[in-house]
This record gives sequence, structure tokens and C-alpha cells, in this order.
Amino acid sequence: MKNRIFKAVIAIVAFAAISVSCSDSFVDRDPVYSIDSENYFNSEADYRQALIAAYDLLQATYVNVLLGEIASDNTLSGGESANDVIGFQQVDEMIHTPNNSNLRDIWNWMFAGVNRANYILEFKDKIDFEGKNQIIAEARFLRAYYQFELVKWFGGIPMKGDFRFKLNDEKTIPRSPVADVYASIENDLLFAIDNLSAVAPQTGRATKGAAQALLGKVYLYQNKFVNSANVLEQLISSNSYSLVPNYNNIFENNNENNVESVFEVQYTDGEGASFGCLQCSEGNVAVGFNGIRNYSGPVFDSGYSFNVPTQQAYNAFEVGDNRRDVAVLNIVTWAAANNATYGTGYKHTGFFNRKYLPRQGDLNIGDQNLTNPNNYRAIRYADVLLMAAEAYNRGGIDDTKARFYLNQVRRRAFGDTNHDISASGAALTDFILAERRVELMGEGHRFFDLVRTGKAAQAITNFTPNKNELFPIPIEEIQFSNGNWQQNPGY
Amino acid sequence: MKSKLLLIVFMLFSSFAFSQLYEVSGTVIDATSGSPLPGVNVAVKSQNLFTSTDFDGKFKLPKIPSGSTVVFTYVGYKVYEVKVNQNETLTVKLTEESNKLEEVVVIGYGSKKKQDVTGSVSLVSAKTIEELKPFKVEQALQGTVSGVTVTQQSGAPGAGLDIRIRGIATNGNNAPLAIIDGYQGDLSLLNPDDIESITVLKDAQAAIYGTIGANGVLLVTTKSGKRNSKTKVTYNTYSGMQETTRKLSLLNATEYALLLNESYANGGQALPYPDVSGLGKGTDWQNKIFSKAPVVNHDFSIMGGSDKISYTFSASDLYQEGIIGSAKSDFKRNTARLGLNADVTDKIKLQTNIIYTYIDRDAVNDSGLGSVLFNAINTPSTLSVYDTNGNYTLVPSTPGFGIEVINPLAQIDNTYNDYKLKKLSGTFSVDYSIIKNLKVTGRMGFNSSNSKGKSFSKAVSYGGKVFDVTRSSVSQNAIEDNNYTFDFFAEYKHKLLENHNFKATLGTTVYKEYGNGLFATGYDVPNNSWENADISLAIGTSPNGGRDVGSYAYDERRLSYFGRLEYDFKEKYLLSLAVRRDASTKFGPDNRVAIFPSITAGWKISDESFFKKSKYFNFLKLRASYGILGNDQIRNNGYVGSLSGEGTYVFNGNIVNGTAVGVLPNPKLQWEEAKKFDVGLDANFLNNKLETVVDYFIDTRDKLLIGNIPVSGITGVYAPGSGSPTINAGSVRNSGLEFSLNYKQTVSDNFKFSLGYNITTIKNEVLSVNNSTGFLEGGAFGVGQLAPSRMQVGQPIGFFYGYKTDGIFQNQAEVDVHPSQLALGANAVPGDIRFKDLNNDGVIDTKDRTNIGDPIPDVTMGFNVNLNYKGFDFVAYAFASLGNDMVRNYERALSDVNKLNYVLGRWTGEGTSNTVPRVTTAASANNVFSDYFVEDASFLRIQNVQLGYTLNNKFSEKIGITKLRLYTSVNNLYTFTKYRGFDPSASSGSPIGGGIDYGFYPTPRTYIVGLNINF
Repeated sequence: MKNRIFKAVIAIVAFAAISVSCSDSFVDRDPVYSIDSENYFNSEADYRQALIAAYDLLQATYVNVLLGEIASDNTLSGGESANDVIGFQQVDEMIHTPNNSNLRDIWNWMFAGVNRANYILEFKDKIDFEGKNQIIAEARFLRAYYQFELVKWFGGIPMKGDFRFKLNDEKTIPRSPVADVYASIENDLLFAIDNLSAVAPQTGRATKGAAQALLGKVYLYQNKFVNSANVLEQLISSNSYSLVPNYNNIFENNNENNVESVFEVQYTDGEGASFGCLQCSEGNVAVGFNGIRNYSGPVFDSGYSFNVPTQQAYNAFEVGDNRRDVAVLNIVTWAAANNATYGTGYKHTGFFNRKYLPRQGDLNIGDQNLTNPNNYRAIRYADVLLMAAEAYNRGGIDDTKARFYLNQVRRRAFGDTNHDISASGAALTDFILAERRVELMGEGHRFFDLVRTGKAAQAITNFTPNKNELFPIPIEEIQFSNGNWQQNPGY
Repeated sequence: MKSKLLLIVFMLFSSFAFSQLYEVSGTVIDATSGSPLPGVNVAVKSQNLFTSTDFDGKFKLPKIPSGSTVVFTYVGYKVYEVKVNQNETLTVKLTEESNKLEEVVVIGYGSKKKQDVTGSVSLVSAKTIEELKPFKVEQALQGTVSGVTVTQQSGAPGAGLDIRIRGIATNGNNAPLAIIDGYQGDLSLLNPDDIESITVLKDAQAAIYGTIGANGVLLVTTKSGKRNSKTKVTYNTYSGMQETTRKLSLLNATEYALLLNESYANGGQALPYPDVSGLGKGTDWQNKIFSKAPVVNHDFSIMGGSDKISYTFSASDLYQEGIIGSAKSDFKRNTARLGLNADVTDKIKLQTNIIYTYIDRDAVNDSGLGSVLFNAINTPSTLSVYDTNGNYTLVPSTPGFGIEVINPLAQIDNTYNDYKLKKLSGTFSVDYSIIKNLKVTGRMGFNSSNSKGKSFSKAVSYGGKVFDVTRSSVSQNAIEDNNYTFDFFAEYKHKLLENHNFKATLGTTVYKEYGNGLFATGYDVPNNSWENADISLAIGTSPNGGRDVGSYAYDERRLSYFGRLEYDFKEKYLLSLAVRRDASTKFGPDNRVAIFPSITAGWKISDESFFKKSKYFNFLKLRASYGILGNDQIRNNGYVGSLSGEGTYVFNGNIVNGTAVGVLPNPKLQWEEAKKFDVGLDANFLNNKLETVVDYFIDTRDKLLIGNIPVSGITGVYAPGSGSPTINAGSVRNSGLEFSLNYKQTVSDNFKFSLGYNITTIKNEVLSVNNSTGFLEGGAFGVGQLAPSRMQVGQPIGFFYGYKTDGIFQNQAEVDVHPSQLALGANAVPGDIRFKDLNNDGVIDTKDRTNIGDPIPDVTMGFNVNLNYKGFDFVAYAFASLGNDMVRNYERALSDVNKLNYVLGRWTGEGTSNTVPRVTTAASANNVFSDYFVEDASFLRIQNVQLGYTLNNKFSEKIGITKLRLYTSVNNLYTFTKYRGFDPSASSGSPIGGGIDYGFYPTPRTYIVGLNINF
């Protein structure tokens, strides 16, 4: 009996000992090889690393460019069929609704960019080191870039200063008025101009010139012509940039980041992605989408035949304009001359967006069509000259200067001075806007130029005034906001 | 010399000590039929003396001490004991154990007599597994027990199977927990021949497993040797031939060309085949890719035991080739197992069981857009396999073929991959009976596996298709996964006042899983060949500084305490209370700890005095259970923010990698909670020859972990590598009825038979989805179309969401009176599908989508029959699934691809068809996701038919064989279904997005010839 009690006691003690030794601290372990996002920014390198990630979303602006063209009178949607990327098709027909996954991509990706910039800015005072202002200035430049895209597409947007949006902010933070958004963008760019170096530390990073050009554009969009002219004049007079002599060479892959590039979104053919995460690609997704359907022949690779220029866009070029055959590929004449074959997709026009077509010889690692290396020339010096011309002219400041800048662009296009413009006033304005269309065709600016100059309704079929100036806030976002955000008018 | 002397002395001594020795011999016969029983185990209690009966049921035990007890044991019969005090010749009559009530069932941290079990439990025995001859264990659960469904992700050798117990309860992981001899393990890797039984815990009984039990629990017991039994050597082998069960009816070359002409004409285009004469039937691509493929299995085991020790050793080898791609989609599995069981002292028992598994698997693309079958279906029969130069014919790069369809044979030829897994798993356990009725158990189970994968991406051109590879590369990975389960628990039995029986179990379980994976890619494989495909030779790197390597590591832990109190009064009223407390690293600091209580109760009505037991109705038990269980199978570390995002850009022309926030955390993350209610009746009739079980259950799963929950884009969740947090935000209810019946009868000495039938009904309903939209989407249909599957309140999980059709427009007048279908892609013309305007807003658009079917069967059934006549045995298994729908998604909606021959019945003019639309190359809305693409995939499958013959024992005994059985069987003999695709039973297994058919690799039909030999 005694023995049994003794054994039972031992058992209980042993049992208790083993059980207690396994206390809940067993499950208090740190995740393996994981850095807590809220405990970062402990060295200069951390800031630099986070900055790279803030640049990353620039690559996602491929859809802004592509859809900006499709929305305008420059191109039609195209693709395989009427159901191929339905969101593109609807924007082309101007029958888009808040239920449009491609417009939602723009919202989601541009806000992702804003948040990545704000991740750095939220911790901007954590440590100090030499050169920090350059990083902060780049972050603010990027925030301005993303917010400018958002305000162009959607109008007023929610803003949260230097902080990342948290879950449920969509239910409490209102959409700031458009003027406030522009004020924030202007502040960011003014800071950037003051703190960015004129020459990028690495190719692809923002410069003082880029910030000036973007600010000039932002002013222009608000019809602040004096401000715009001033900041663009500073940029022009810095003599940091010039026009590439031959328009033919601007868009080839061997001429990236050229003297005309004020700001350029960098892409590579070295790392791709899948359709499940197009924003993950390091390549220019728009290029494969623009590609000639089932093409077989020299120079180009095939693609999905979206974003096809219209006959009317092709005809917009004057006789003798060297830019036409650089901007628009006439596939019929090309195929005949080069013994090439091609397929016809939906809304086939016979034209393709030649500036951003897939070129042969690229590696296209990952996916042939999603990893094209063509950099997007986001702000070209030609654009700067035309913006300056517009600001001087529309602001009633100096038509001579306006003509001077305009004619610099035209002289390159025609290779002579015979095509110089000598008009003034409103007539000159029309010439400048017409010049913007042909100079910048295929580069995603047209729709917004038409909207801000009030010419969209007459140019774009099915454009409804007081509605289509802005795109609808994605229906999902309206639902998430739980009544906090109102839909844009007309949608 | 000295030792020899000692031995002699010892021998003398022992013979002196046991001077009174007797010899016992005799015959063992079946009590009812009187026929001799061969192979009966005859052992002397507490002595290392045993034998077994020969084919005439005869045995002989010489020299057994006086007063010994001789024990006769035989599977399926009651144990018989007799005391021996003299030389005797016995005739022992063993009575058959006609019911399974005395059977002992494992229930998790203990076991119970089946008649005392208070939860809903099903059992699959070694016999069922032997009969079904599954290549993988999961297949043995298909149709054999109620409440369990098994779907195959692909018919490819070694492909995964999904087990679902009582329906799909979560949008997350629905896989049940597998416990192998006490430790958490992986069912799919076991050798089916090593399994003694699988117990399925379907209700709150599984609550003893707390936060891992919500999807149900499979308790696997491996075979072990019997004490005091002669060494039994078994060798089983079979070899078989597999073939496809089905080929789709596709258009031949002439039919295809004619149809294409019509289609082009309707689209206003020139005829592609102005002359169709001479095209003939063309190439039958299905015949080209399907081949007959062998399967061979060997299984060898030795088991036996003495008084204190028993042992088992087994080894197996399975090799299976694929019916597509032959050796390029093969599967090899080797296993070896050693089990030992020893009584160290009267009180201490040791047990160990170690399993080694080796798997080698190769695979071809067998699912999704671009699978081999998808290509075989869509490549037109007008193309030949090879061109005139002997190269693979390229599918033309024209819009009509798109950019995804390629020559399927070229595809197989260019597929190179290899996967190898080595795994060691097992358990060590000690039982210590400290005092009478108090036993403690400590055991350690573990799994340790290493796998290596390699895939070679050959530089190849299909002529401008998405599968073109410009630069060869080889990707390799090495993955190590480990886990251990440490259990320590005590069991105490107590009897109070004669009729009150208590049993208390108290214990702790520590579980940890940890491991890592390493991935790398090398470019420019020398000679572009598989032989050189290794990173050591492929020294090219990603251009521009892209990253070619990756890795991960994990460490997840769980600490549990549990207690269970079982009580019965006169073994008539049964009650079991259990509680488990889990702390898990899966959950945030605010919710680290969870408590899971359960109660199960039973009432043996047949033991009451008012119950008149008769020959016809002899057992009745009422059961009820309720409990709360958890599911923790979610992404690791979802509660803490990490820098796992992708922030990659290009500076100076080179790829630079930055750091970015990954998936957003949810610090409040917690387990899914299942509330399980079950009420059941067990009733036996006709002297226990007829057993029936009926159960009604309601499982409500709350706090569903909805991963990547849609949230506002302003939070930056759509950045590369980021994502939405996992939030507990949904609820699903499964309710249903289960019924099973087993009947067994011995008609005569020569003829025995048994029948089994089970049926399960399931009603699945989503109760809440608390994200902003009220639904979750999944799956894919066609290219660029809206997601076809949804989880939405009031609907079954994963239902299909699309347009309802209303026949075909017969003429322009019908088109004119119908709302515009333009928003679907094109204005309708006669011959197009008419879609219903469900919201009556005068326009057909996305708002008109609705529930057009779901992949969840309403009813599943299993049926089996077993006949024995003299030396012959016959078994047949069938199962049926009714009310499950499948989406036909293997047709690429392009003008020039091949088509199924149902299009021959298309609309060609007024009155010609009201079901199949016209063909045209022009834009139409006919290919948007509608009920036109949803088919009833109900089916009845003859799963297995087997005929065996056991050789006359007198003959086989002469060559030293105790049993020799030859058999032939057909697995997956035939499937009755209206479904047009390859396999109505296949599914990706996704809760949202399952039941969409991209051209599933069908489960093959297998003809088998086999042999069982016992020595």
C-alpha cells in the first residue's frame, strides 16, 4: 500500500514537472528571418532600400499610359475580342462604370505608391545621416507623381500627410478637394526642387529637373500659367536637357535615358511576372499589350494588339512630319515592304503604337509579353517646351517665347524652318495643342490634355461632359468607405 | 568447455523443474459450419510456446506444463481458452464474432469498445484496403464510409487527393487532421498495406484535438505483430495496365474544316478550307497522347511475436506510369517499416514504429490553361503530329489559335522535371502502469523529410506562343520539413459503488514544426539538354542583376493541455466530457490561447428492461454530441507585419531589390471555430448480422479566416508582394444526414456474403462574409473573364455565378423584343444565346448574374458487396455523387481551335437548335460565363471489381505455403454520367473555384492481376 502511494506521488510530481516545464513561453517565438516593418529605418541603408520600393510602383503606371491613350481619340481598345480585357473596351467606348478592374488597378497601384513613399516619410525623423534630404526629396517627388496620377484620373482623393493609410481609414478620412491635393503635390515638388541634385545619383532616380518639369505640368493642369512658365523657364534655362536631334532615335532601347529624358520610368527584360500580378513585372507590360497580333517578320515581336491608333490619329500628322512613321506603324505598308505577316484583332485599324511596340532581341524573361524592356519616357524635354509654350501663350505672358519653344519642336519634326508657326493668341493655343497631340502621340497624355483644355467632348466619341472628365471611383472603394466617399458626378 | 558444461547442467535442471509435460493436439473447426479453420493461432499463456493450425485445422503442442492455459485466437472469431492437465486431443469450436460491437476503436488519446463509443465514428479496416488496392491511402476512403468524400486533383500518378469530412466548411484549408499511431503525420505518403485501420472522427469527439480538429480527424493505426504468434511472412504483388476511361468526342478533320468554313462565312470572312476533300479524319490527338501505362506493386512483410515481444517488418515498392506522358508522369514509392512492441517488465511497455518513405515523381502540365489535355482538345485534327521535316508541327500563330494552344506531343517531349522525397517518420512510446488502474504514457512521434525538385525549362520555340522560351534555365529546390509531437498523458480508471465507472485522462501535447526551403535558378543549360540540366553546369545568371535565389524558413509551435472524463452507469448510460487548451504561434498575442470543450453522451436503449431483445432486434444505442473545435491552418505569422514585400526597380540599368512592407498584419487573428452537433442511432438486427447507423449533424464554422480579404486599395495592399490581412470574417454551415448499413451472412459452409451501403446528404450554406462586398470570388473561366465562383451569404460555398440562358434566338424578331446584350460584348443576332434579364432593368449586364450551379454534391453514396464461395471470392465497390455541377472550361473560345462534336447540332437557321448557338468568327456574347457551360456532373462509378481464388490448401502446403491467392481486379471500371468532360469526379479541391474543368487528367481504369502468398 505504502509502495503504491509512493509511486503515485512520484507519478504526480513527474507529471506536474513535465507539464509545467512546457509553459506558454514555448509559443513565444519570433518569426524566423523576418523583420518587423514597424521597427525598421535603423540605418541609411534601410532608407535607401525602402526608397527603391517606392520607385517600384512607377512600373505599374504602364496601365495609366495605355488606358490614357485608349480613353482619348488617339487609339481604339483592340485586343482579341470584344470581351478581351473588358475594362479597356468599356473605357474606349466611354461606357465605363465604377465596376472596372483596370481603373481599379490605377487606383490601387497609385495608392500603393503613395503608401510606399509615406512609409519612408513616416519615419523620416528616426535617424539622421548625411544625404538624408536627397532621399526624403525623392520620396516626396514620388508621392507627388503618384498623387498627380490619382488626381488626374479620379479627382479629389483621401490624404493623410506623412502617414501610411491604415485599415478603416477609408471610413473616416474624407476625399480632399482637388485644390488641396494639388497644394500637397506642389509642396512636395517645391521641397524636391530645393533638395534634389541636378544630376541623378543613379540613372532612373529623380532629379531637380524632373521635379521642375512635373511641377510645371501640375501648375498647367490648374491653369496657373505664370507659375508654370516660371518653373519651366528655370528648367529650360538650366540647359541640362536638349532635344534628341533625330526623332527616330528617341524610343529605341539603345537610346534610353537620353538628353531629352527629363524623367523616365525604368523597365528591364530581366525579371517578369504573371497575369496574376502585372504590377510585379519589372518589364513594361503595356508594350506586349500594344504588340502586333500574331506578327511574323523583322524588327518587332508579336503581342496582344491593344491600343491601336485610329485612321484619324494617323491623319493628324501634316505632310512631311517625320514623326508619323515613328509614332504609328502602318502595318499594311510595313508588311508589304518587309514580307511580314500579322493577324487582325478586335477593332483592327491597320495601325500600331510604334513607339511602344515589342522589339526583337529582348530576353523577355518570365513571360514574352509581360517583360519588355522599353522604358517609358515619362517627361520628355519636348513636352517641357510645349508646356512652357502653352503657359506663356495661354497666360498671356509672352507669345514670342511660346512660338520660339513650339517651333523648336516643329523644326526637329520637319527638319526645316518652313513649318514654323507664326500665329498668336488663341490661334497659337490651337497650334500648341495640336502639336502636343502629334509630338506626344502614344505617350498617354492626350486624354488629359483634352479634358483640361475643355476639348474632350468634341474630340472623343460618347464623351459626356460633366461626367467623363473624371473616371469613377472603383465601386469596391465606395463600398469600403461605407458612405465616407461620394462617387464622382454622373457615375 | 566450461560453458558447455553449464548448459548441460542448466538443461537438466530445467527438465527436472518441469517434469510434468503433456502433449496437446487436436482440430479447430468453425462452430456453425463445422469446417476446419486453418491458420488459427494456438498459444500457451505465459509461455513462449505457440503454433498455428494447418490446412485441416490440425495443431500439435508437445511438452506443455501442467495447468497451462491454451489460447485460440483467430481473426473474426471469439477467443477461446482451455486449461490443460493431461495429454489431450481437443476439438475446439470457435464461434464467429458476428458483430463488431466488441471491436475496440481508437478515439484519440485512448480507445474504446465500439458499443461504448458516444461520438460519430467510422472505421475503414485493413480488409477494405486490401480489397480496394488503392495506389494511395486516401482512395480507400472513397465511398467506403458515410460522411467522407474524396476528390482527386488529377488522375496523374501520385497526384494529390482531397479528403473532406462532412462537407466543405471553410474557404481555407479543409483537410482533416491525420494522426498516425498518435503523432501528426501525412496520410498520403503511407503504404496502404501498412495500415491496420483508419478511424474517422466526424463530430465533437474530435474536440480532444482542439484547434486542429475542426476538419475532422483520421486516426491511423499501423499493423503490428501479435503476441505469441508464429512468424507470418506475407508477400503480395500485383501488376496492372492502366488506360484512360474516356476520350472526348471531337471533330475529325473534315468535320472541323466544314465547321470552320461555316464559322468564317458567318463572320463575313473568306473560307479557310475551300476544298475539304481529302482531309479525311485527320489526327486524333487524344489517341496520340493517351497510352496504356503499367503499374507494379510489391509488398513484403514479416510479423510475429513471443510472449513479451512482437515485431513487424514490411517493405513495399510501387511503380506507376502515367497514361499521359508515360515515364514523364510517373510515380515511384518505396517504403520500409519496422515495428517493435515489448513488455520490459509487467508494468513498463515499450513500443516503436519507424517508417521510411522514398518518393520519386515526374509530372506533365495536367491542369489549367495550357495543360496537355487542353492542347489535345484544342489542336485541330487537320494538323499532323510531325511536319515533312520530321519536326513537331507547330500550331499556327494566327489569331484563330491564340497564343496558348501548342502541339501537345511537343509539349510532353519538352517537359522535364524531377521530384524526390525521402522521409523518416515514426514514434517511440512508453506505457507505465504505476499502480493498478493508473497508467501514464509518454510518446514522441516525428516526421523528418527532405525533398529535392528540379525543372528544366528548355529553350524552345512554338512559333510565337506564350510557352516559347528564349533562354534555357534549370530551377532547383531543396526543402526540409520536420515536426514532432510529444504526448504525455495519464489515464486513471475507477469503479465506484459497483455500477459507476469512471475513466479520467489528463495530459499535454507539444507540437513543433520547422523547416526551410532553398530555391535557385541557373541559366544557359549546356546543349539545351536535360542531361546537363543542373545549376553546376548552367552558369548563366539572370540578366541585369535579377535575383536567381530564394529561401524560406518556418518554426511553428503549439502547446496543448487536455482532459477527458468518461463515465458510465452499468455501461448503459455513457457520458464523456473533454476540454482542451491550445496555445499556438499561428495567432496573435491577443489571442494566443484557446479552449475547446465538448460533451458526448450515449444511451444503450437495448440494455433497458423495457427493451425486448430478440433475434430480430438486438441492439439500439442513441448518441448525441456537441463541442467546439478549431482550425488553425492559415498563413504563418499573419499577426505581425513583415518586410516581405517586393520592391524591385531598375537603377543604372540593373535590377535593384529594395525592402517593402509585405502582407498587412492582423494582430487580432484567431482560430476558426467549429460548433459541431450530432445525434445518432446505432441499431443492430438479426443477431447483429445487420448493423445500421444513422446520424444527423449540424456543423457551423464561425470566424472563418478569410485571407487576402478585399480591403481598400489606399492601404497599399496591391503593391507587389503585399496583400490584405487575414481576418476572421465568415461563417458556413453544413448540415446533413448519414446512414450506413452492413449486412453479413454465412449461408453455408461454402457460401458467405456481405453487403454494405452508405449515403450522405449535405446542405451547405454560407451564413456570413463580413468583408465590404459580402462575397469572395475565385476560380477562372476562359481568358479575361470575371471570376466564376463565389462565396456569398445564403448560397453554397463556391457556387457558380454567371448568366442564365434562355435558349437561342431563332430570328431577328426575337432579338428585337429582347433587352440589349451589348454589354456582354456584342449585339445578339439570330443563332446567339439569349440571356435572361433577371433584374428586369431592360438590359443584360453583369447585374443579371446569379447562381447557376455549384460543385457540391447533394448526395453521395457508397455500395459494396462481398461474396465467398468455396475458394472463390468476389468484391465490388461503387460510389455515386449526385447533384454536383462542373464547368466545361477546356474549350478555348477561339475561332480555329478544334471543338467537341456537340457543335454539329448547332443553330444554322430558324428551328434548327435551341441549345447550341451558331458558330461565327464575329464578336458574340456566346462565350461569357453562363449556364451553357455548367453541366450536371452527377455520376455513379464502379470503383473496383475483384475476383480471387485461393488455391486448395493441401496442394499449396506441399510447397510450404500456408495461403496462396490469385486474383484479378479492375479499378475504376466504369463511370455512368451525363458529364461530357473526362472525369466528373475531379476537382482542384479549392473551396472557391473547385469544379472547373480545364481538361482534367482522368483517373485511369486499371486492370490488375495479383498474388497473395503467406508462409
